[in-house]
Formats: sequence, C-alpha cells, structure tokens
Amino acid sequence: MKKKSFIEGFAAVPHVVWMFLFVLLPLVFVVYFTFTGADGKFSFDNITNLSRYLHIFLLSICFALIATTLCLLIGYPLAYFMSRMKPKTQKILVVLLMLPMWISLLIRTYSLMAILDNGGLFNTLLESIGITRVHIVGTPGAVILGMVYDFLPYMVLPIYTSLSKLDNRYYEAASDLGCNGAKSLFRVAIPLSLPGVVSGITMVFVPSISTFYISQKLGGGLFDLIGDTIEREFQNKSTYNIGAAISLVMMVLIIISVAVMNRFSEGDENERGIIV
Amino acid sequence: MKVLSRIYIPLIFILLYLPIIIVILFSFNDAGSMSHFDGFSLKWYAELFEDETALKALGNSLSLAVISSLLATLIGTFAAFGINKMRSRWLKTTIRSVTNVPMMNPDIVTGVSMMLLFVAAVSIPFLPIKFGQVTMIIAHTTFSLPYVILSVLPRFQQMDKYQTEAALDLGCTPAKAFFKVELPAVIPGIVSGLMLGFTLSLDDFVISHFVSSPDFQTLPLYIYNQTAHDVKYSMYALCALMVFVILLLLFAVNFAGSLGRGKKAKKA
Repeated sequence: MKKKSFIEGFAAVPHVVWMFLFVLLPLVFVVYFTFTGADGKFSFDNITNLSRYLHIFLLSICFALIATTLCLLIGYPLAYFMSRMKPKTQKILVVLLMLPMWISLLIRTYSLMAILDNGGLFNTLLESIGITRVHIVGTPGAVILGMVYDFLPYMVLPIYTSLSKLDNRYYEAASDLGCNGAKSLFRVAIPLSLPGVVSGITMVFVPSISTFYISQKLGGGLFDLIGDTIEREFQNKSTYNIGAAISLVMMVLIIISVAVMNRFSEGDENERGIIV
Repeated sequence: MKVLSRIYIPLIFILLYLPIIIVILFSFNDAGSMSHFDGFSLKWYAELFEDETALKALGNSLSLAVISSLLATLIGTFAAFGINKMRSRWLKTTIRSVTNVPMMNPDIVTGVSMMLLFVAAVSIPFLPIKFGQVTMIIAHTTFSLPYVILSVLPRFQQMDKYQTEAALDLGCTPAKAFFKVELPAVIPGIVSGLMLGFTLSLDDFVISHFVSSPDFQTLPLYIYNQTAHDVKYSMYALCALMVFVILLLLFAVNFAGSLGRGKKAKKA
C-alpha cells in the first residue's frame, strides 16, 4: 500500500477544526451554562427549576405531536397518490411541492396570519355570507394549523421518495395474489415506505417542537412553547443559564425520540429520503 | 381510488398555495387592507424601495450567502476528499456524526449554542470578534457544511479509484492527480452543495436571530423585525418579490438543466 500523500492526510483537518470550534465547543458551553448559576458557580438549580417549565414542555410536545399526526394523515395519501401518477405529472408535482420549501417560513406564516386575522380575508368572507366573525388567531387550532401548513411538504417529500422507488411489480404481484387497492396499500406500500415515514415524522416534529415564530404570530402571544421560552430567556444575560438548561433538555428529548424511531425502521440511512 | 386522487391532489396543492397567492394579490391593493380590494397600486412596492434598511438587508443577505456558501464548499469539498481516503472506520463515523449535528439539532439549539460561544469569545480582550458579519459568516458556514459534505462525499465514493491510480502511474503528483482527475469528477456534487448552502443561508432566520447584531440585518431578520408589531403592507410587497425571484431562479435552473441535457443528447 502506498504512503498517504500530504494532501490526503490533511484535507479534512480544516473541517475537523471547524467542527470542533463551532459545533462541539458551543455544545460544551450549553452544558456548562446548564450546570452553573448566574454567578458562575456550579449548581443543579437550573435542572431542578425546570419543573416550573413542565407545562410548557407538555404543551409543546402536545402541539408538535398533533401537528405531526395531522401532517402524516394528510401527507401520506398525497405522497401515495403522487407516486401512482404518470412520471411526467410526478415531476411537476414534486417541483410544486418543493417550491413552498424555498419560500421563507416567515413569509408563509405571515401570509397565513394575514388571512386568518380578525380583519382578514377569511373573516370578511364569513361575514359577507352571513356568518359572524370567528377568532382564529390566538387559538391552539391556529398554532397547529400553522405548523401543519408550514411543514406539510417536509412530511410528503421523504414519503414520496420512498414510495416512488418501489418497483411497480410489487403492486402487480399483490393484485395477482388477490389484494384489492386498499389491501395492497396497507400490506405493500405502507410497510415498504416506513423509512420515509420515519424521516418525515422527524422532519416535521423537530421544527414543530422548537418553533417560536409560528406561536408568536398565530398564537397571538398567548401560548408559550419551548421555542418561545428559550428565545425569551436568551434575551437577558441573567437568564442564559435556565435557557441553556431548557435547550439541553429539549435536545436530549429529541435525540432519544429520533433514536427510538430509527429502531422502528430498519432501513439504512441512504435509503431514507433526504431533500437535497 | 383514481377519482379520489384526482380530487385530493389539486385540493391539497390549492390549500398549500392559497395564502401565498392571496398575499401576492393584496400586495397590489391600494387600500392597504386585507378585507377589501380598492384598486391596483404599486405604492407598497415604492415604499419598500424607499426603505434603506430593506435594501441594506438585501445586500447583507446576498454577501453573506455568497461568502458563507463559498467557504463551506471549500472546506467541505476538501473534507469529503479526506474523509473518503480515511482508513480508520471509527474516525470516519465520528467525523460524519459530528458533521451531522447542526443538521439534526433544532435550529434554535444550534443558534443559542453558538451565541453562548460568541458571548464568551467577545469577552476575551485580544480577540477582535464582535457580533455581526463575522459571527454570521461563521454560523452560516457551520450549518451549510453538512449539506456540502452530503452532496460531495457520495461523488468521491462512487468515483473509480483506478483513474487516480492511473494518473499517478502516468507521472502525476498526488496534488496534480487531485486537481486533474478527482476534482472534475465531483464538480456536480460541488455545484449542488454550493447552491444548497447559498439558499440555506438566504433563508435562515432562527440561527441568525441569535448570532447577529442589530447593525447587521439580513432579509429574514428584517422581515421578522418589521412584522413583530403591526401589519406592514410593504412586507406583502417584499413577499411577492421574493416568491417571484424564487420562481425565476427555479425556471432558470430547470432551463439550464434541460439545455445541458439537450447538448449531451446531441453529442451522443
């Protein structure tokens, strides 16, 4: 075996240094701030004080779970139908699906708020057909609707990627063996697209549980989610420590749930749909 | 099933696009209202172009996206090359897992963790670092790197390694072989990594929110500040313009792609 050349040996060094300085070191800081008080002395106070934030954690998890479930229920049929279209139609639909992903989340959330607001188009329409105005912005439903609207494409795309790779002959074999359409959906398509589903769930759940713009705009400032709390605590230097503790706990929660989910789908990493 | 899909697909896509289309329509509304349409007007666009902060934010966004995506592509391409050549499996997996951390972590955690690092760095007296452009370039390069590696590394892995060996046998130095053989083979991956980094940087709000300063605003930060309190109709105009630019870029990329394919088909 030939000796490694200079360029081969050192090509990855800048990257490794960069990752150490700007990925690992910042996380060390999060851990450090979690286990110190505002005075810089070691303490467990931030962790024990977290019980005061329990209702925020529960509310965020609840909202994120509902939003993820709705995305899955709406998104799976869409991905399935898309994968059964003609190849040319599929291409157009994929572009249409990816387009909203390129439009800033701020813009999409703000548009939704502009329409649902009390003086917005939706209420004006309701009034013009004789129904009284309804308060939508500032309700839990509006926050969840915002999450579903913003993150639905992130659910559909990985599932579609899994489904579109399925050989059509699987469906043919299923129908030859006596499956009707619905049965082949449940016994062929869903089990074989599980890696895409897992990836979709992760891609919706993680941003949903950590959002703060959606709850600020569509929740009317009435709902404190984990994201809102972290954002608020990091505006003031004296509350960095508790903010760090909340971030750390959220990160650990997410790592655990992603690891558990990956256990359920045995597909390897490359088979899962990744948006590039 | 067929009928259901004929109804379901259009329905979901209409719902997905409706809010954006309505906001674009109302950006031309003379009345400055979301409830009734008074007549066509470009006054919100005029207001937007007279706003110097908006134009400055656009400039900042573009320069940041160019610098950070180039930097990430440079570091990431060499890293992918190095990772591909590594013999130790353990080292490979460790580097790849650490690289993926910014991609897996919620943006807000990446944002606050870097903010804590920069707060500490600023307090060191002889380090010439302060919140603003420098911290933004570092942060944006960091979250773009995993995507660059994700697009470049597979290209190195798929490459025929005998080509490099042939180049070496024919008298190339390893450095020359890299630039003459390996680099050209991975160019498509580099280009897609660069474009991905560029768009991610333009789009990022959450991480920027934590690592920037008020005197270095990017477009998303500007939108956030403008929409924080009351309704601004010039923001509708900005939304419409951004959607238009994205559409234009998308068509350009698709058009260039089909043009390239056409040429190849002719050659063959």
